[in-house]
Order: sequence, then C-alpha cells, then structure tokens
Amino acid sequence: MIRLTTPITEDQIRQLKVGDEVLLNGRVVLSRDIGHKFMKEQKPEWLKPILENMVIYHCGPVVRKNEDGTWSFVAAGPTTSIREEPYQADVIETYKVRGVIGKGGMGKKTSEGLQKTGAVYLHATGGAGSLLAERVKRVVDVKMLEEFGSPEAFWIIEVEDFPLVVTMDSHGGSLHEIVAQQSQDRAKVLMA
Amino acid sequence: MSECVVPTLTSLEVVASKSVLPEGWKADLTNLKGLDLELPVTELLRRTTSRLPQDVIDAIVKGRDAEEEGSRAFNTLNDMVRNINLSDGQVTPLCQDTGSIIFWVRHPFGLSQLAARKQIRAAVAQATKNVWLRPNCVESLSGKNSGNNMDPFHEHHPAIHFEEWDKPEIEISVMQKGGGCENVGAQYRLPDVTIGAGRDIKGVRKCIIDAVVKAQGQGCSPGILGVAIGGDRVTGYEKSKELILRKLGTANADPKMDAFEKDLTNDLNTLGIGPMGYGGVTTVLGIMVEEMYRHPASFYVSISYMCWSSRRGTLAIKTNGEVSFD
Repeated sequence: MIRLTTPITEDQIRQLKVGDEVLLNGRVVLSRDIGHKFMKEQKPEWLKPILENMVIYHCGPVVRKNEDGTWSFVAAGPTTSIREEPYQADVIETYKVRGVIGKGGMGKKTSEGLQKTGAVYLHATGGAGSLLAERVKRVVDVKMLEEFGSPEAFWIIEVEDFPLVVTMDSHGGSLHEIVAQQSQDRAKVLMA
Repeated sequence: MSECVVPTLTSLEVVASKSVLPEGWKADLTNLKGLDLELPVTELLRRTTSRLPQDVIDAIVKGRDAEEEGSRAFNTLNDMVRNINLSDGQVTPLCQDTGSIIFWVRHPFGLSQLAARKQIRAAVAQATKNVWLRPNCVESLSGKNSGNNMDPFHEHHPAIHFEEWDKPEIEISVMQKGGGCENVGAQYRLPDVTIGAGRDIKGVRKCIIDAVVKAQGQGCSPGILGVAIGGDRVTGYEKSKELILRKLGTANADPKMDAFEKDLTNDLNTLGIGPMGYGGVTTVLGIMVEEMYRHPASFYVSISYMCWSSRRGTLAIKTNGEVSFD
C-alpha cells in the first residue's frame, strides 16, 4: 500500500506501476462532463493554481448543505471516465495534473497524455458512494456551482486514505487494455 | 482488508420506524379520487436509494465467495458489501448517481393518472430535497440542471408508465437507473454482419456477449441484464428495462429461456472482466430474457445493463388500504 499526499511530484508519479494500491490524502478537485469541455475549450487561468500537481476526480457527488453554510459529501463514488477521453490528455497537459481518479479506465489518447506529462489514472470502486464519502474529510471550496449544477461543479475537497488502484501508469501500462484484450479473445471462442 | 464482510442490514422494524408514513397510515381504495400517493412513494424512494434488495445482496456475496480470497475482485466485491451495510444504516444513497427515476404504476379503473403523476413528481422532488436523490435532470443542450429532478414539460423525468389492471389493488415499482450503466446498454438489428449474428437464438446470444465485452467495467460490473428479443426500437428497450425488476434467482416462466439465461450467465462469467473490469469470475449477476412479437422486417435485440447496485422496489396498496414494501 502506497500513501500519497497532494500536491504530488512528477518523480513520485513515475515510480507508480499498474496494480499498485494507493491511499490518497490531501486536496482533490472534482470535475466531469461540462467541466472537461470547459477546461479544454476555455482554458481558464484561475484553475491553473488549483490544479497544478493535483488530482482530478471524475465524480458528481450527492451533497448536503449544512445549517452553517458548509457542505458535506453524502455519497461520492466515481463516474465513468471514458466520456472525458476527448478532453483528458489536453487537460492533464495544460494544467500539469498528476492524477485522474475515475472508473472504467480510459483510452489511448489519455494513456499518451499520462506518459507525456507524468500522470496516472487511479481507479476507485464504482457504486461505493457511502464508503468513499466517508473518506472525504472536508469540502474546501466549490467553483461554478451555479453554472454547472451540483453534480458537475468543481468541488475542492480534502480526502483521507482514499482507496485507489493504479490501473494506467505513466509508462504506457493499462490494466483495462489487458482485461479488454483477454475478454475479446474469450468472446471469440464463445461466439464461434 | 480481505476478511469476508457479512451483510448486516438493519431489521425491517427499524426500517419501518424511520418511515415517512405516519404509523397506521392507510389508503382508502374505495375513494380513488381522494387518494394521495405522495407519502408512500416518498417512503418507497427512501428505501430504494439506501437499501439493496436481498436477492441482489445474496448474488453479490455469492460472487465475492467465488473469487480468490484477497484478489482485487474479491476485495472490490467486499467493498460493495461494506457500502451496502453503510448506506442502509445511515439511510444515505448507495451510490452518488441515484439514477434516472422510472416508475411502473399498476392501478384499477378510476385512478386519475394526471393526479397520480403530480403526486409522484412531488414525492421525487421531496426525496431530492431530503438528499436521497441527486438532481439528475439537465436540459440537454445547455446542460442546465433543473435542480429538483423535474423536467418542466412533465414528460420524460421522472418516467412514469401507467397500466390499468383488473384488480382493486395498486402496485408501484420504481427503478433508479444509473447513467453509467444506461450508457452501456445496446440495441442490435439482426442480422448483424459485424458480429455474425443471424435471426435466431444463437444470434441473440452473440449480441449479449458482444454488449458485455463492449461494456467492460464501465457499467459498474457485475451487471444484471434485461434482454428483449423483438418489439420495435422503443418497446424493446422499454421491456428490457422492466425485466430488470425480476428478482435474481427466480426462474424464467419459459423453461427454454430459463436454461438459456443460466447457460449464458455461466459463459459470460468466463470472460474474465470481473467486478469493475478488474478481472475475475463475476462479470454478471444474472440475465432476464423475454421474447416479444415483431414486424416481419425487423428483428431487434434490446439490452439494458443494470449496475451491481440494482436499486428497485415495489410498494403495494392492498384492498384494506395497508401498504407494504418489497
């Protein structure tokens, strides 16, 4: 088990390999569909200090607004990452992002982006909304809440021992590619 | 982290004690015009969003026990059981994607569908306010979130299917269908030369295998498949979703289809996709297939994929007005 705390250096990232189990600590920035389109097309400057050497989490949380005006995460598992495939590599490069958390894995273009910039794809258990929300210790801030709505806003949170698996590393390795290839081979036998 | 987590749900008495329905609440089915479904439907949503049906939990545990202890597949299924325990105890959503909300209402003659629709929509809005549901209804092009799970045209969300039946009772089923699993659903038109599928049961089997391989872990495997053979592009998909309401482990009424479902479940679990696409022997928890009639020129196979967190439930109002949840 490897403990990592954001911000993360390129050197730390380059040491990670597919299959490594990671417990992530520190700040994480949530972004998904509208956010990725926005980041690629608008490239807002104000996001740069927020994202540099940080980790993006593909997640649309269930949030509760507390009476004192603060927010709590009620359920916060990953959303399917492949929808961000057209944007992810550019986002990683533009903002020097060191990690992307999601589920289901991503494609070739993202893999190339991970290698070029020095970043990893970290897989979380899909559907484990309550379990993962427990590891969210604090909501630090939220950006674009009005514009994007709560499931798609940039939530900035602090996590503690957030359980993840490296499924795509910065050396071109991808567990998703291996499983896909093996299952396609088996399907050919079943369909013969 | 590799010990077997035991599902420990709160007792039904505890669930009932947290009900939004006042104790002893009864419906008066002799006065359908005066009936208000908002409270019982709100209670139904409270239960489905936080507590998985027992048959789904049993299937997840069975899948976990089939995996090699300590493997990533085993640990992932174990985490799913942990999550099930946690959400049930806290009455919080099992998954942050509380899904598209789909209702099936079976009712006697005399119930106003217009009134029932209003009441069901009010229940969904209330459940959203209570943070049991995430606002999941956005305007397509602008991406603007309506904030309360309502589409303002009263048409598509929540989706409500009404069916009048020849009984005095009312039954309302709900499904919370996540977006990730909805995205990996697929519809095939046979013959399909790209996968070599003809217009027969062998062709149908090929479509299902192809869809599961294409889905990989993206629909949050292990999944549950509803498969409609025939119909048209709309009725086929509609049926495929409704089929997922069937309990896992129950037999298909058609013995031939039942054998097909069981054989194919075993075959799909040799694909090696496993929970969340991590690899493993638990790729699907079950398949529900039904044959429909079709136009001579069309042969559709419509497949709906439900994630492991198969949130569904039914409330029944009996003739004496008592409400029960299943």
